[in-house]
Amino acid sequence: MEDRKIRVLVAKPGLDGHDRGVKVVARGLRDAGMEVIYTGLHQTPQQVAETALQEDVDVVGLSVLSGAHMTLVPKIKELLIENDLKDVLLLVGGIVPEDDAKKLMADGHADRIFTPGDSIDSITAYIFDWFKQKAES
Amino acid sequence: MQQLVEDLLAGNRRAAARLISQVENDDPQKRELLKEIFPHTGRAYVIGVTGAPGSGKSSLVDCLLQQMRSESLKVGVIGVDPTSPFSGGAILGDRIRMQEHALDQDVFIRSMGTRGSLGGLARATREAIQVLDAFGKDIILVETVGVGQSEIDIVKTADSTMVVLTPAGGDSVQTIKAGIMEIADLFVVNKADLPGAERTTTEINLMLDMKEDNRWRPPVLCTVSVRGEGIETVWESLKEHRCFLEDSGRLMKIRRERVRRELTEQVEYLVKSRIWDRVKEQIEFDSLVEKIVLRRRDPYSAAYELLEKIAFYGEDDKEGG
Amino acid sequence: MDLEKLERIKELKEVWEKELEDLKERCEPAETVSGQPVKILYTPLDTENLDYESDLGFPGRYPYTRGVQPNMYRGRLWTMRQFSGFGDAYDSNRRYRYLLEQGQTGLSVAFDMPTLMGYDSDSDRSLGEVGRCGVAIDSLEDMEILFDQIPLDQVTTSMTINGPAAILWCMYLATAEKQGISLDKVGGTIQNDILKEYIAQKSWIFPPEPSMRLITDIFEFATDHVPKWNTISISGYHIREAGSTAVQELAFTLADGFAYVEAGINAGLDVDRFAPRLSFFFNSHIDFFEEICKYRAARRIWARRMKEKYGAKDPRSLKMRFHTQTAGCSLTAQEPENNIVRTAYEALSAVLGGTQSLHTNSMDEVLALPSEKAVKIALRTQQVLAYETGVANTIDPLAGSYFIEAVTDKMEAEAEKYFKRIDELGGVLPAIDQGFFQQEIADAAYEFQKAVDRGEQVLVGVNRYRTDEPMELEILKIDPEVERKQLERLKRLKENRDGDKVTACLEELKRCAAASDNLIPKILDAVRAYATEGEITATLKEVFGEYREKPLF
Repeated sequence: MEDRKIRVLVAKPGLDGHDRGVKVVARGLRDAGMEVIYTGLHQTPQQVAETALQEDVDVVGLSVLSGAHMTLVPKIKELLIENDLKDVLLLVGGIVPEDDAKKLMADGHADRIFTPGDSIDSITAYIFDWFKQKAES
Repeated sequence: MQQLVEDLLAGNRRAAARLISQVENDDPQKRELLKEIFPHTGRAYVIGVTGAPGSGKSSLVDCLLQQMRSESLKVGVIGVDPTSPFSGGAILGDRIRMQEHALDQDVFIRSMGTRGSLGGLARATREAIQVLDAFGKDIILVETVGVGQSEIDIVKTADSTMVVLTPAGGDSVQTIKAGIMEIADLFVVNKADLPGAERTTTEINLMLDMKEDNRWRPPVLCTVSVRGEGIETVWESLKEHRCFLEDSGRLMKIRRERVRRELTEQVEYLVKSRIWDRVKEQIEFDSLVEKIVLRRRDPYSAAYELLEKIAFYGEDDKEGG
Repeated sequence: MDLEKLERIKELKEVWEKELEDLKERCEPAETVSGQPVKILYTPLDTENLDYESDLGFPGRYPYTRGVQPNMYRGRLWTMRQFSGFGDAYDSNRRYRYLLEQGQTGLSVAFDMPTLMGYDSDSDRSLGEVGRCGVAIDSLEDMEILFDQIPLDQVTTSMTINGPAAILWCMYLATAEKQGISLDKVGGTIQNDILKEYIAQKSWIFPPEPSMRLITDIFEFATDHVPKWNTISISGYHIREAGSTAVQELAFTLADGFAYVEAGINAGLDVDRFAPRLSFFFNSHIDFFEEICKYRAARRIWARRMKEKYGAKDPRSLKMRFHTQTAGCSLTAQEPENNIVRTAYEALSAVLGGTQSLHTNSMDEVLALPSEKAVKIALRTQQVLAYETGVANTIDPLAGSYFIEAVTDKMEAEAEKYFKRIDELGGVLPAIDQGFFQQEIADAAYEFQKAVDRGEQVLVGVNRYRTDEPMELEILKIDPEVERKQLERLKRLKENRDGDKVTACLEELKRCAAASDNLIPKILDAVRAYATEGEITATLKEVFGEYREKPLF
């Protein structure tokens, strides 16, 4: 009997230590039945990409509150592609101004940006939908 | 699949990761795949790390990684965390302590949720070990969930098992009494800079003194993993234990036992799945359930009846009454 | 109040409660934002045991419930201190001078992430972070530029810096020296509160033991040489922002405070020599009355414990002085203009709670660093409060309210329960090691988020009255050139300074770190020789090691 679980790497790249959001989200994803791999603070883009590879995750969720998103997110996306992980869903949460969010998505650096005010449910629902679509296609 | 196995044998990390997912997810091709890689396994040495939550297992594993890497050994790590019985989800955080090694190409770290297994390991830990073994790892470190008393699966899986304790209050010794004593090849008293370390060490030694058949006397070592103290000795002791197992012929014995157990399990698995395939063909199954719920039947005779129908149960096995 | 009167009130209350039974209540649970139940009415029955003299007293008198100065805002208004910093030292210097021109009365420096974590701008770790969420400071040179044309004997400066606090403080002192100002005339605050970093804010560098040593070194040096400096700002702000309740903020912050007092005493310092320079920093969240009670309870607990447990005799050791910042986590990205309103209420409760200084958040801080316009509105909010509303005219105006006094008492009692639990765990550091605070905060944060998601905790414009209209707000953009320019300047600095002198200073620092000398004079020497923050931190790391946390969910 196949027992497929959605595996999510929740990572905090960069130097900021604001982990309230990342922890709340990790807990929410667990309570929605996902396996959440958390790697702690201050991860380099290389660490994030390599961890995603070794853990064979379906989703990478990045939490960035330091304002470094325009540097870190594209870098991580680039490394994921290098690791043959271009199909991994890349989500970003944090303090990301709307213009930056639009640009990151338009350039294909992130699939979706969540900002303060988005509910946990909206994040889990997004992941479930994506996963279902992927399984069907 | 063939391609994945080839890639794995060629040292491709992505292939290793994917294959572990397949065994973990009970992929329909799982057995085929394990069959393929089996000839390439049996080389890795498996070390189990168990102990209560908060004893510092992950930092200790991190320190050991450092030691092993300084000898250019290729290392795989499997960290197991509990799956929530309510949601089926899990937060896997063991590798946080080991992220310094994340970029080392000769270290492969994988986190697993127990997914319903109760013995301290994940359901597919053994299969994941096989994959990492075939992948060419010299050492595979397995960090258990660490809930204390039910950590018995690790001895069936590891060649050497180390039990990690902290010098905290009197209950540490209670835990030892409750069954960890028997499984340890090595005791590590971590956070030994805290008060009570000496007492804990003495108590463990006293207990070991009472044990008979001490061909291998488990050493009791002190470490402070956050400062890397005492790690070299732990690593040396692990190597000694390995030599002991090899020289005394015990390693062969352990591994033979393991093969026997695994073969038995495989047979049981096949028997079980064949029976179930046929039981499920019987349309009565659901209606029997209904009848039992309504107390019109009892589950005991209903079971016999089902098996008789698929002609598995012989007359001889039938119990009277 | 005599017993007869209380009996009479009890009877009347029962009659009134009967009447209530037939009336419907709104569906939202009557709780504070921290989940504390709130009664529909408070009466003298709730303050039966209140003793004016021993529980409240007079402003500037023990137990300081009503305020730390006898005349409070009638003597001097609170300091309006807007936390700011971005880009490089030139950018931030311009912003500081603008704020001073607008009537701000103190400075407050926000550093960028590399500076907070002890990395230079040219470290791999700093990529993309230089000047982003604060100003980039690498060396004394940057600090000199930051305070160019700002005489350091005429403003007080607060610096939010913890792990590398000693280094940045030395840079500030060296800047003052260069301006020809003697250190006994220099005033300000460094946050320097490492315990809350382990608990909540997570900008740590060294493990707890050497970190505590650096802190007591600062206590000692300041007592002797920089007497006007507040050597630590024991912070509940970040604990609250990480998701704690009001009671947790109160209890954990004070527990940290007592831990520093004990560290000072254990380092051989007399409590009355360093305790007067300890200051606090609280959050002002959206639950108006709960916050006011929190400040009042905080002052009372501090005074009582300092006197009774630690034997402090100097009244200044008993007075809890604190800075307040309105709650960043109460702001919403949706309809950010609403944040002006939230911030105004939060500022009001800080003032009614008797704060010594105040930062009001700008409406756009949930989106980016504040724009000039947004920061001006935030400052104006304080000025309206101070000069138009009249709330500063009388001291502690809510004292005696049955509600306020009952809740103040309750918060004190709840905090005492936490102190007991922390003691049972062996104190603050062992409790951190066991993840006690972290788990309590993570649980509270998760509960809060779930309440928001269920719609029980109402956020206007987010889970109620949401419009999804496009936002029209000018946002401060950090020029990507900042990073390049900063790197260039750092490179030039390293080429032009006396390299041998730097090496010698760092070696001496390393030697002393391994011994037990006070490190401040050595750090000061290194800073004067233009050793960079990253170099000094790296030197200390060699001796002290680095902290790594075990996260809890």
